[in-house]
Amino acid sequence: MENMNTFQQFFYYFDENGSYVFMQFVQHFLISIYGVLIAAVVGIPTGILISKYGRLSTYVITIANIIQTIPGLAMLAILMLAIGLGQTTVVVAVFLYSLLPIIKNTYTGINNINKDLTDSGKGMGMTKLQVLYMIELPLSLSVIIAGIRIALVVAIGITAIGAFIGAGGLGDIIIRGTNATDGTAIILAGAIPTALMAVLVDLILSFIERKIDPVKKNRKLVEPKIESLEE
Amino acid sequence: MLKLENLSKVYRGGKKAVDDLNIEIKKGEFVAFIGTSGSGKTTALRMINRMIEPTSGKILINDEDVRKKNPVTLRRSIGYVIQQIGLMPHMTIRENITLVPRLLKWDKEKKEKAAEELIKLVNLPESYLDLYPTQLSGGQQQRIGVLRALAANQDLILMDEPFGALDPITRDTLQDLMKDLQQRLGKTVVFVTHDMDEAIKLADRICIMHDGKVVQYDTPDNILSNPANQFVKDFIGSHRLVQEKPSAKVVDDVMITPITISLEKSLDDAIHKMVKSRVDTLFVVDGNNILKGYLSVENITSERHRTSSVADAMDKDVFFVYNNSRLQDSVRRILRRNLKNIPVVDSDHRLVGLITRAHIVDIVYDTIWGDEAAEEVRNEASNE
Repeated sequence: MENMNTFQQFFYYFDENGSYVFMQFVQHFLISIYGVLIAAVVGIPTGILISKYGRLSTYVITIANIIQTIPGLAMLAILMLAIGLGQTTVVVAVFLYSLLPIIKNTYTGINNINKDLTDSGKGMGMTKLQVLYMIELPLSLSVIIAGIRIALVVAIGITAIGAFIGAGGLGDIIIRGTNATDGTAIILAGAIPTALMAVLVDLILSFIERKIDPVKKNRKLVEPKIESLEE
Repeated sequence: MLKLENLSKVYRGGKKAVDDLNIEIKKGEFVAFIGTSGSGKTTALRMINRMIEPTSGKILINDEDVRKKNPVTLRRSIGYVIQQIGLMPHMTIRENITLVPRLLKWDKEKKEKAAEELIKLVNLPESYLDLYPTQLSGGQQQRIGVLRALAANQDLILMDEPFGALDPITRDTLQDLMKDLQQRLGKTVVFVTHDMDEAIKLADRICIMHDGKVVQYDTPDNILSNPANQFVKDFIGSHRLVQEKPSAKVVDDVMITPITISLEKSLDDAIHKMVKSRVDTLFVVDGNNILKGYLSVENITSERHRTSSVADAMDKDVFFVYNNSRLQDSVRRILRRNLKNIPVVDSDHRLVGLITRAHIVDIVYDTIWGDEAAEEVRNEASNE
């Protein structure tokens, strides 16, 4: 080992522990996904609710903002005192951090829809529920996905710290590297896949986001040869 | 059909938007609510489909109190068109048109058929059904907005300044289209506008509102000849009052007989006829004298090598006015579209006459020097 440079050590580590790194990668990803999914299940309806009852929005968003400002390590420590060590605690932390972007984006997404559209929908005889799922949700979906994207990228970072309270994941490898003498290669073996995961998730979700934006989608369909029938 | 009884709306803070409104609208009538902003016209309109709940009073549609109906079912039975058009950007034109049928859970074939029939009503090709609203111009979008209000055979249609955001020419076209659709389909239309020209042109009866009260509710002719008070006079504007003096004519008084040619004739016949009658434009009619298009000398020169039949060479895009319409209206149209002349048709689209630019000159002369002087000039001209 001593006669190898950092790069060679890095590849050597992967060669020897590839399946272990992959296992931690999957675990890391799943912890993040679970937290964000639960946050979406709670956050999207909350966002819809506060966009309908404007007075609630200040309180809800303030609370979510306060949660967001607590440093990650402090949050994990507090949660650990309440629910103990392990993955569940990290999932809960991820859930709490994901609430703000998801609630806020759902709220802005729905609030930014042109009032004329909801007005004409209502005027044509849509029930409140129909206005929600025929107009508001389809039109704000891309903004909501953007919220989930931000949440997921933050979640991957939180999960990395989660290794401190025994949740496993790629953070485990990083901590192992910091504890070892000359552990640069091991730190990289944990850090690079973490960064890669965050970048990939961001790319994939922003692609989906663009795909489902109703306005952008239409622009692509424009056939240049449509002559106006107006005189 | 529609009755508003002692209708009032007081907003929070005590502002009276609509104050004791009493109006009756008959079936098939086109009624315009007109007034300055803040006169309560839009509030009155939106109370009809319960987008705004009245503070007191009653609204009866076919003698049924709308307050006893479910607002959702009520709104599905009333067409609603707004100034901002409000087409759903994530739905195709087809989906937009059939939105109310979809809410009413019609089956697929019935919806498809309705969409295809409807789009023909507003002179747009069927291929437009698969486009998205952003791909259409503002005027085309509002045509779809109007169709959407007709899609489920609603008898009553509410329109809130529907053409306010369009340019003058498009607005003119859409007004004609709306009036035509309303008469053809026998719809009852309640229309909010602040444009007096629009109200005079479209409405069977005009309801002038001020501070939530009805100032005058009458036919356009009666309002113009007997304005109820100074407010109405100011609102109509003095220039329109002058126009409505007894000398105001309908197109039938002045129109001349147009030179026509029938569809099946050849271009050679057309040229002969033009030379013989000393004109540069022929109006193309079918066997029943129904106006089909026009053929100008430009059409002949450009189409001569391609076809020899009048039917192929003619321009089908012809603007016309109906007989018994006011001369003033057709003049406005000639000037705005820069036409050389405009044919006059009866209600079955049979060609009955022609108004030319020379008539505009007569009108301008009339308004400056009056009828007598104009007669003299005309006599002199014919003597020479």
